[in-house]
Amino acid sequence: MMQDYIVFVGVNMVLAWSVYVILLAGSLSFANGGFMAIGAYASGVLTVKFGMPLIPAALIAGLIAGAVGVLVGFPALRTRGIYLMLVTVGITVSVKAVIESIDYVGGIQGFGGMVGTRPWHVIALVILVGCGLWFLSKSPLQRILDAVREDELSAASLGINTVYVKLVCLGVGAFLAAVAGSFYAHHLIHVTPDQFGIVVSVFIVLYAVLGGTNNMWGPPIGGVIMTLIPEVVRGLESWRPTAFGVIILVLLLIRPDGLLAFRDVTTRAKKIW
Amino acid sequence: MNVVAQSVLVVEGLSKSFRGLNALDSVSLNVQSGEILGLMGPNGAGKSVFINVVTGLYPADAGTIHYGGRNVTGLASYELARLGIARTYQNIRLLRRMTVLENVLVATKEHIDRPLRSFCVWNQRSFVTAAKRLLEQFHLVDKSDWLAGSLAYGEARRLEIARALAGKPSLLFLDEPAAGMNERETEELSSTIRASHKFVEAIVIIEHDVAMMRNLPHRLIVLDSGRKIAEGRPNDVLAQSNVIEAYFGTDGTDD
Repeated sequence: MMQDYIVFVGVNMVLAWSVYVILLAGSLSFANGGFMAIGAYASGVLTVKFGMPLIPAALIAGLIAGAVGVLVGFPALRTRGIYLMLVTVGITVSVKAVIESIDYVGGIQGFGGMVGTRPWHVIALVILVGCGLWFLSKSPLQRILDAVREDELSAASLGINTVYVKLVCLGVGAFLAAVAGSFYAHHLIHVTPDQFGIVVSVFIVLYAVLGGTNNMWGPPIGGVIMTLIPEVVRGLESWRPTAFGVIILVLLLIRPDGLLAFRDVTTRAKKIW
Repeated sequence: MNVVAQSVLVVEGLSKSFRGLNALDSVSLNVQSGEILGLMGPNGAGKSVFINVVTGLYPADAGTIHYGGRNVTGLASYELARLGIARTYQNIRLLRRMTVLENVLVATKEHIDRPLRSFCVWNQRSFVTAAKRLLEQFHLVDKSDWLAGSLAYGEARRLEIARALAGKPSLLFLDEPAAGMNERETEELSSTIRASHKFVEAIVIIEHDVAMMRNLPHRLIVLDSGRKIAEGRPNDVLAQSNVIEAYFGTDGTDD
């Protein structure tokens, strides 16, 4: 159905951006599946149990996830590289475990009754996030983030509070993932904790990496392609997952820096002025 | 008391050890307003450790650091940078994948101090103009759009100093800026540093190059095994027997 495509493609674009925003300051996050779950469940409780309209519920859920991201991120961001990555894996795993143990939201049976996502909600979200990131790419803040991503020590000697910058990125990324998760859940009507496991986190990172992470257009392109590939190879029946995997491998082999990685930093820099 | 008032930086009893090795052993010194202070010593004398402790990279084990009359001991490196202490690194740390112009622009004080608010800065023309003016002084303006990683060694050194100055510091530390340079390049660098001097209150330069340290600094301090062994006018200090011994070996002929 057309509506399904619009919602899933749009949600995945925003999810890919949520990883990109965190990566802007150099941290690779496998926590976004967990943030998405927080968004889905928090907004679901607000709409189903408290009768709140979807959009404010999604925003509040986003803020909750952002707060969780910042709280967990503060100690986590002291670690770097692969250790930080493992901490983010831990976030996804623990969020899922916590949700499974809360009977109020249905435990492993899942939680249902969420309705109300319209395609225009998702389209508006994509446009808003896209505009925000476009403004960012033209602002001095982009350079500050680039500096943190490239060399934290050097950035700190210039006066950049690297922990603060990384924390803000993590918070914003968590917010975006949770809002996307809210819309996703309110389209599906019923969600279970299984739908937000580590595999989802890995897929979101894959969207961004496949699309290319050195400019804002790569991640959503990756999100679109990764959402549509399984549909394109639908006719292959049981070979479908294999075909999906092979296509990912081929994409990564022919464009290791991502599909849209051709815009190097120099090109972007020249475009600012 | 008068000396303290004129000092940009006052360091007292600064100590730092790594696994029992005293890299800095109760070093006290002050950097006066308007001077270029040279800091030299053989390998392992503690020069780089001194810069790294004073700029907040490592915490000090003991001692105090006062900057502009304020106790800044234990502050993080980004806080010290914001207060006006800038530095370069021995092994040049440019943002290699950013352009020459971006390297200077990123250090713009207005943006660094309020990173989130810089999201709303739409018109960057004035900052670009300022950055280009700075690059001009360092003969790098023609290469504004080059990637910093593609610069020649001497140019990269100059860019690192220009970038450090873009944050409008009052105290600039240069960690072995002439390392790996030939005589002519060292000569050029000396004039770059003299030219930089008008932008800041004081410069502290760490260097091995004896010729450079004889000519460039107003005052010279020699460290050996983490201790201050000499201090004074460069020519006087370099003639002291304990300095010659530390630097060239006992008989003055050995390296």
